[in-house]
Amino acid sequence: MNTIYILWLRQITRYRRSRARMLTSLTQPLMFFLAFGFGFGSVYQKAGGGDYIQFLAPGIIAMTVMTSAVLSGIDLIWDKQFGFLKETLVAPVSRTTIMFGRTLGAATVSFFQGFLVFVFTVIIGFRPENYLLIPLAFLFMILIAFLFTALGTAIASVVSDMHAFPLVMNFLVMPLFFLSGALFPLHDLPLALKILNRIDPLTYGVDGMRYFLINISSFSPVLDLAVLLVFIFFIMTIGVALFRRIEV
Amino acid sequence: MENIIEVKNLKKVFKNFIAVDDIGFTVAKGEIFAFLGPNGAGKTTTIKMLTTLLRPTSGSIRINGFDTLNDQDGVRRSFGIVFQDQSVDEELTAQENMLFHAGLYGLAKKESREKIAQLLEFVGLADRKDELVKRFSGGMKRRLEIARGLIHEPKILFLDEPTLGLDPQTRNRMWEHIMSLNKEKQMTVFLTTHYIEEAEKMASRVAIIDRGKILVLDSVEKIRNTYDSQSLEEAFLKITGHDIRQESADSLDRMRKFKKR
Repeated sequence: MNTIYILWLRQITRYRRSRARMLTSLTQPLMFFLAFGFGFGSVYQKAGGGDYIQFLAPGIIAMTVMTSAVLSGIDLIWDKQFGFLKETLVAPVSRTTIMFGRTLGAATVSFFQGFLVFVFTVIIGFRPENYLLIPLAFLFMILIAFLFTALGTAIASVVSDMHAFPLVMNFLVMPLFFLSGALFPLHDLPLALKILNRIDPLTYGVDGMRYFLINISSFSPVLDLAVLLVFIFFIMTIGVALFRRIEV
Repeated sequence: MENIIEVKNLKKVFKNFIAVDDIGFTVAKGEIFAFLGPNGAGKTTTIKMLTTLLRPTSGSIRINGFDTLNDQDGVRRSFGIVFQDQSVDEELTAQENMLFHAGLYGLAKKESREKIAQLLEFVGLADRKDELVKRFSGGMKRRLEIARGLIHEPKILFLDEPTLGLDPQTRNRMWEHIMSLNKEKQMTVFLTTHYIEEAEKMASRVAIIDRGKILVLDSVEKIRNTYDSQSLEEAFLKITGHDIRQESADSLDRMRKFKKR
């Protein structure tokens, strides 16, 4: 327990120290939010969709959490390249515990990034339907954070090159984001898109958040929760297996 | 005397070459044992296998009675290590690096704080303990790593080129402290170094390894006598020859490569 705390604390301490990182990782979601939100807002409204800012905000928050979570894998590559990982790997702590502690730390950071964007969207004009349900939306953010941190760690366990991460960004993070319905409603999608959308775990995270923030959703929140938990379980299991194989 | 390290038929094969080729040796409790060899001889690979970082291709290792494959936690609790290349977190302060280590080894908070204060004092970093490690010089980082490796009072201390980049003052102080731990607490020391005169002065026994094989293993005096040499270094050169060797890139070299790309 104490070990997990110390691993968590390290991630948090590093995050607190790197304000630059904090800011740069917030600019992208904010640009998306402003450009799409105000750019498509009137079209969306004319099409009968209602207020696009309301619809878009949960998607952008989810995107922030996911991006930050996947990119936390870079920390692991960094530790691998520059030696610090060895210090943790020779300690009398199981690889599973190390993986769990790291994941917990990075997930906390990612959640917090999402929280900052949430605050920002509220300042811009986003209005959650029911303030009492916000903690449940946060729960979904935490699940998204866990799922994608584990994914980032799993990827970072097998690649040893930091240059691989822009590829991950282009071929994994962006497609997951665009397919998730973060930007558009899920009804009347072409079949191919619909299939891809249904196998994208972020879909269920965004859907759950929308349910609790704006009372709009395509699935039941129980289904969203169940799908996310199953994904977390699988990716965590794979992640631990890959992490255990790391040799430095 | 009881053996604290027992290595049998140890072998490590990487894709295209044999890094460690069927070596065996024992180190007695309380001994200072030096592993010498030219670059790329297999020293670091051996240390990595002894410290559970790398799985041997074949052979067996027992550390403090624990098997490195079956009882990794037992092994890991038994030793401290100073790595050849840097392994501190630069974004943390010296104190935080120490606390992180103490936390990983499950030490009680109060006890470890005292211990950390003592050790930082000893390596001369007490007044800079709250500074970020990235502002430290290479020598200071090294001193921090040495202090860190001693927090949990290990039974065995692995030192992989520990004095690289240290000035003579720090080097002497470090050895004084390690020697006193060796005498008072019977701490075993397993050392690799390029400073052969250092091994000559400190080590009770020396293994000379080249191209993955142990060529000689004996006390310093016996090696000198056998090879009819004035110094261990002379004997070392007689045994391993004068060719210059290549070594794989360490993390610093990799970092440089990074920047260039």
